Amino acid sequence: MARHRDIRNLDYEDEYDGYDDVYGHSVDDDYYISPSNRQFIYNRETSRDSRFEHADDIQEVDEVDELTDIQKAKLNSCMHEIKNTLGTVTISKANLVGLILKYQFNIELVVNAILEDPQFETNDETIKNRGASLTRPSVVDPVPTFVGKVVTSTTTNVVKGFNLPSRDAKLPPKVLELTNKDLTHRVNSTPNAQSPSSGRGQSPASDRVTPECSEGEEKVGRPDLKVDAEAVYKKERGLGKEHLYMVVIGHVDAGKSTLMGRLLCELGQVNKKTMHKYEQESKKVGKQSFMYAWVLDEAGEERNRGITMDVGRHSFETKNKEITILDAPGHKDFIPNMISGAAQADVGLLVVDATKGEFETGFDLGGQTREHALLVKSLGVNQLTVVINKLDTVSWSKDRFDEIVQKLKSFLRQAGFKENNVNFVPCSGLTGQNLIQPPTENEILEWYDGPCLIEAIDKFTSPARPVIKPFRFSVNDIFKGTGSGFCVEGRIETGLINIGDKVMICPSKDQSAVKTIMIDDASKRIAFAGDQATLTLSGLEIQNVSIGNILCDVHYPIPVSNKFEARILVFSVAIPITKGYSVILHHQSLAEQAVITKLISQLNKSSGEVEKKHPRYLRKNSNAIVEITVSKPIALELFSECKELGRVMLRVAGTTIAAGLITRIISAN
Amino acid sequence: MKLVHRDIDKGQGAVTLVPEEPEDMWHAYNLIAEGDSVKSSTIRKVQIESATGSSTSSRVRTTLTITVETIDFDTQACMLRLKGRNIEENQHVKMGAYHTLDLELNRKFSLRKVEWDSIALERIEQACDPTKSADVAAVIMQEGLAHVCLITSSMTLIRAKIDVTIPRKRKGLVQQHEKGLAKFYEQVMQAILRHVNFDVVKCVLVASPGFVRDQFFDYMLQAAVKTDNKLLLDNKTKFMLVHASSGFKHSLKEVLQDAAVMSKICDTKAASEVKALQQFYAVLQAEPAKAFYGKGHVQRANEAQAIESLLISDRLFRCDDVKQRKEYVALVDAVREAGGEVRMFSSMHLSGEQLEQLTGIAAILRFPMPELEEEEEDEAEQE
Ligand SMILES: Nc1nc2c(ncn2[C@@H]2O[C@H](COP(=O)(O)OP(=O)(O)OP(=O)(O)O)[C@@H](O)[C@H]2O)c(=O)[nH]1
Ligand SMILES: [Mg+2]
Repeated sequence: MARHRDIRNLDYEDEYDGYDDVYGHSVDDDYYISPSNRQFIYNRETSRDSRFEHADDIQEVDEVDELTDIQKAKLNSCMHEIKNTLGTVTISKANLVGLILKYQFNIELVVNAILEDPQFETNDETIKNRGASLTRPSVVDPVPTFVGKVVTSTTTNVVKGFNLPSRDAKLPPKVLELTNKDLTHRVNSTPNAQSPSSGRGQSPASDRVTPECSEGEEKVGRPDLKVDAEAVYKKERGLGKEHLYMVVIGHVDAGKSTLMGRLLCELGQVNKKTMHKYEQESKKVGKQSFMYAWVLDEAGEERNRGITMDVGRHSFETKNKEITILDAPGHKDFIPNMISGAAQADVGLLVVDATKGEFETGFDLGGQTREHALLVKSLGVNQLTVVINKLDTVSWSKDRFDEIVQKLKSFLRQAGFKENNVNFVPCSGLTGQNLIQPPTENEILEWYDGPCLIEAIDKFTSPARPVIKPFRFSVNDIFKGTGSGFCVEGRIETGLINIGDKVMICPSKDQSAVKTIMIDDASKRIAFAGDQATLTLSGLEIQNVSIGNILCDVHYPIPVSNKFEARILVFSVAIPITKGYSVILHHQSLAEQAVITKLISQLNKSSGEVEKKHPRYLRKNSNAIVEITVSKPIALELFSECKELGRVMLRVAGTTIAAGLITRIISAN
Repeated sequence: MKLVHRDIDKGQGAVTLVPEEPEDMWHAYNLIAEGDSVKSSTIRKVQIESATGSSTSSRVRTTLTITVETIDFDTQACMLRLKGRNIEENQHVKMGAYHTLDLELNRKFSLRKVEWDSIALERIEQACDPTKSADVAAVIMQEGLAHVCLITSSMTLIRAKIDVTIPRKRKGLVQQHEKGLAKFYEQVMQAILRHVNFDVVKCVLVASPGFVRDQFFDYMLQAAVKTDNKLLLDNKTKFMLVHASSGFKHSLKEVLQDAAVMSKICDTKAASEVKALQQFYAVLQAEPAKAFYGKGHVQRANEAQAIESLLISDRLFRCDDVKQRKEYVALVDAVREAGGEVRMFSSMHLSGEQLEQLTGIAAILRFPMPELEEEEEDEAEQE
């Protein structure tokens, strides 16, 4: 009995966790943000483990009824997967369910347990054999280069080491063969990778990505997929600067592009000749005040109109970080582009115009300062540096600075940002004050001695990269490269990818292979969660991929459906939401037409409890569970499985009406 | 539609109609129900046995009367296909034989119903109303996505959808982006040329967020000059550029609410439906106890004679269930009797689509009925 309660409590907590993420009520945010919090999450997992061990023999199938729908769905898919994997193993459904619950839906763990337990007969000996053979590849593997290098080939989630028995059994036999080939390839491609067995806790990054590190013993027998992936990650990235993606947001004409363009110039990222050219040419079209913005606003239309239309990108380095800026457009009409940029960002830079009246226009209802801030928060950006820009226009008035800071502080708190995750920096992008050096103007020196912009940016902390999860890549751009094949640019949401890996494109489920990987114009052999990479795909036509598609691991495909349930937070809408409401759904870079087909329940804002079933309408600031039907199937994940791909934004007539977390995927038909 | 003959007395009898334009097929579709009998000229394949015993088949034109069993409407082609049994024997077709009638433009048909209700009579009136608002074409677009639609008084037809991937601007490589855009504009222009008949269309709305519409219009004019396309150049003034938040077809609703558009295209049914639905939502926001949807709630409001305006989808009257249709007809009659206004939404317009999703029926009340709000749980469960 106690166990059941645990399940429900845990589930509730899980959801609550996500709930905070959007609604920003709690003290704790995404667990990967703060190490202490992560600890908490992990502890919860372990305690759940131990409790399960006490109630070890779960036999009755009908206990499944005690599970939530989500868990049931998960259970079913696990059982299906396991049956596929094991083929002919005889195990009763009750036993299987028991094991699945015991290992918390972790398929590999269950499979291992079954294979290791003599109680369950494996009719097909080959499964065991294959599993075993891969654990001793130097004996079995015919490819000579493979011998002795296996340990080093730790570049993917399907690679194995000597001391990691049987984890490969999770893969169906066919896949195993394929893996063998892949392995050789991988070995060749990563000759430097070292054994994962000694890798624990060595790199500075490790404490962030491997919460498991702290207690190894309890985890005996647990397949170390994670350690592998993490070890590779540490190996590849442990020494270099952390890479951080920063979206620059704010109301139209706040000076975002100018600020970034100037910053890049000061940092020597733009050569003098180019800048001179921009100065001359912008003067010619009467847009000289936009000369710095031209660094990022490259399209002709953008330059002619002096407005950013799509996200501009550029990279630079700070003392401790490598930063890629995503300069978002501020104009209301381009919010879809801004969303696709923000969905790829780790942290945000909010720029506001301090000029008299301008701050107010951007901040009051209908201005983009609010909408942008809410959007990035809902998209998982938790750290924000606010630039109070154009302070030159108000003679660096401290009063004005304080006034704006105060207004923004209270708004951002309401929006769910934690106070210590928000910083304020006074700047002038056009005159270059307080960007990479302390200010020189006396008017500001009198009252400001805080960090300059670049120092503030350097202080951002990098979120954990979920490299141990299956590979997911959201496509943000598609174009022809120089060689054969074509390129997709996007963000690796979870997992990692090697050159040569096969990927599945969802929702179409076409397959393709990765020929090259580029990050910031540099060729790579491997890329990890959090990276924005350009992949060259082969074996597929360019028309078969669209923006918003998800590339995934062929062995762990992402769910595809056109119907799901989401827990939404309704923003300030002018008219209430009813069922039948047609919206544009934004999911990463995807925008698709959708209809809210059911209002399932309205929830209490702070407790998350159901207040009303089947409400007739939802008004602003309410929380609810709704069913959403998309006009065609899309690739998506439960928020509980993958935060990055479990979030959606709903927009109507150019305004964002709600942010949601996917809580249930309803399979097609 | 032309009304040639009408012989209806006390709800019984028949009419003879001539559909004159594609939209009339839509009216006919809403008018004809299962069990009605339809008489029309049609083509029938018949087998003729010669004296020697060999048989040849040939197609003959003949007039048949069938009782309708199935009704199919092809929205793209505006074709109405009726299938049923023959009830008037002639030399070619036996009594009771199945036949499929395709109603044809400019060919009369007679329709007999066991019972003509108010909704059906109204439909005839509406269909035969000569003062029609002109047809409007609309292009709803954003970068990479465009819908070319035709808006008639009771239908919004998506004639073409262009959905292409345009590479984004990239550092130092904006050419691919700009080339992609130009190709996209070319496709949209070709779609307009293919689907818009400038002889009947009074106005072409080009709607988009940002500057897409302006860029497109510039592109089109330049291309027209280059290729000396008289059609586009002569009709240049019919184009009207307006704002829309996206290229998805639902943004058309925003366009139809635009004041400048309204004044230009006069009050079409599409626009007034958008307005009516908007008003329902406004009341729901301000005084929720005065706005209800769903059959149960609306019926209860009607019993209290509280309905000021009833929004109802024509889909509800096309159901096969005679009893249900009767219920809805009675509701409409009762609302009118109590002095309320009834707005029949076309399910072929976007707001009609939305109303359909919202149970197909909604009402704005004269006075609040908070007691209804409490009943909502039962009703939702009934669904
Ligand atoms: N006085 C003053 N003007 C500035 C400053 N920063 C930017 N501007 C001016 O503000 C205008 C808008 O600058 P942009 O950089 O294009 O603004 P943006 O926020 O990128 O605009 P969108 O991308 O279109 O949303 C330009 O005319 C700039 O010269 C500043 O620090 N001081
Ligand atoms: Mg800009």
